Amino acid sequence: MNELDVARYSHLIDPKLHIWGWEIPVYLFLGGVAAGGMVLSSWLALGGARPSRAARWLAFAPAGLVALGMGALFLDLSYKLHAWRFYLAFRWTSPMSWGAWILVVMMPVSLLVALGGLEEGELSWPALAPLRAVALRYRPLLLRANLVLGAGLGLYTGVLLSTLGARALWSSALLGPLFLVSGLSSGAAFVLLFRLSEEERHRVTRFDQVAIAVELAVLLLFLVGLATSGAAGKDAAGLLLGGPFTASFWSLVVIAGLAVPFLLEALETALNLRATALAPLLVLAGGFALRFIFVAAGQV
Amino acid sequence: MSARFAMAVDTVRCVGCNGCVIACKTENAVPEGGFRDWIAQEVHGVFPDLSMQIRSERCNHCAAPSCVDACPTGASHVAQGGIVAVARNKCTGCKACIAACPYGARYVHPAGYVDKCTFCLHRVAKGKAPACVETCPTRSLTFGDLADPESPVSRLLRSRRYAVLREESGNRPQVFFLA
Repeated sequence: MNELDVARYSHLIDPKLHIWGWEIPVYLFLGGVAAGGMVLSSWLALGGARPSRAARWLAFAPAGLVALGMGALFLDLSYKLHAWRFYLAFRWTSPMSWGAWILVVMMPVSLLVALGGLEEGELSWPALAPLRAVALRYRPLLLRANLVLGAGLGLYTGVLLSTLGARALWSSALLGPLFLVSGLSSGAAFVLLFRLSEEERHRVTRFDQVAIAVELAVLLLFLVGLATSGAAGKDAAGLLLGGPFTASFWSLVVIAGLAVPFLLEALETALNLRATALAPLLVLAGGFALRFIFVAAGQV
Repeated sequence: MSARFAMAVDTVRCVGCNGCVIACKTENAVPEGGFRDWIAQEVHGVFPDLSMQIRSERCNHCAAPSCVDACPTGASHVAQGGIVAVARNKCTGCKACIAACPYGARYVHPAGYVDKCTFCLHRVAKGKAPACVETCPTRSLTFGDLADPESPVSRLLRSRRYAVLREESGNRPQVFFLA
């Protein structure tokens, strides 16, 4: 038997790490939805068909979602007056630094994509005319940049945690892909909440189904990888496989957030049922639960 | 050759008096709730067959510091002699370094920035020993330069058995615990 007594008390690390509360999972979730939204708006526009009114205006959503998320991030900083310091440095070893820069690049790109996607006269604001001219001139390039930045944003939200090697649950290269596909699926779910055209709804639902299936596969590989790694990894896997986060993880993330909406979407498609908001809302709640549980469980 | 500062903690000599902790708090004006060093007591066995190790612990000033890699602004950096330090004016309090540190060696100062042991670089630069080393009544702490083969810490590490904490982290910690 081994008993370690540390004569130190700091609420941030003793008896267990507790540095990131609700702000970080909220940000990771909003960033993931924005990432999915960016990839989808580019994908729909590059698909050729004329986007519906809802799809055109939804291209503005990622910037808004990220702005909200950045607000949550700002609340988490313990030295808020120094927030601008993120933009005086680029540290290639720090995913947080990559993320800070991705956030400032995705804003103008996604907004220009949205502006360029509007119909003539849809936004009668003369001051924006020059910007719209730029957005139209470089539209093919901007659409592709938006796609790549969206994927980068989704990937980085997972890599951010996975490079913190001292935390066994996060220490997996699969966390990046996992958060990316979860973001793509959540982004699709978010878009499905609005009045899309029938054709778009069909495409986005298919997209969501594929994303959910891939997410389930990545989640399975993640758990297998963790459970068959060293002692620290096995302990971390135990949190989700029999430990304190098991019930919430399996019920909220796997069953309610992935399996049920996948089935609902499959039934809607197969039986030509009228789509409801239920499946997208479940996907969104599941995406948030995934991030909340991972941020909390990784700090145990 | 440039300096590589390190510390040897003699766990046979240490009695856990907390003198190093008090000296550090005084020297560095460590606020309430903060810490730069601390005492760990590890008890092994079942009564009555017990053994205990007492250690004075602090930042390990790793040669491959994961906290420095995780810092997005360059506030956490490697200073003179391999000492891992935080530039307060660059710290945003994002706490990525706290998550990255395998040793729990960092805390958030009430002013907002992240603070930690500096090996008393301000004293070392003047040729003095860190406050904890100077105050240790059992002389269990030895600070010095590993690049100098004749420094007391180099000689101790040549002659004594030692271990480092969480070697598997890959951080190459530079605080050595003599057994």
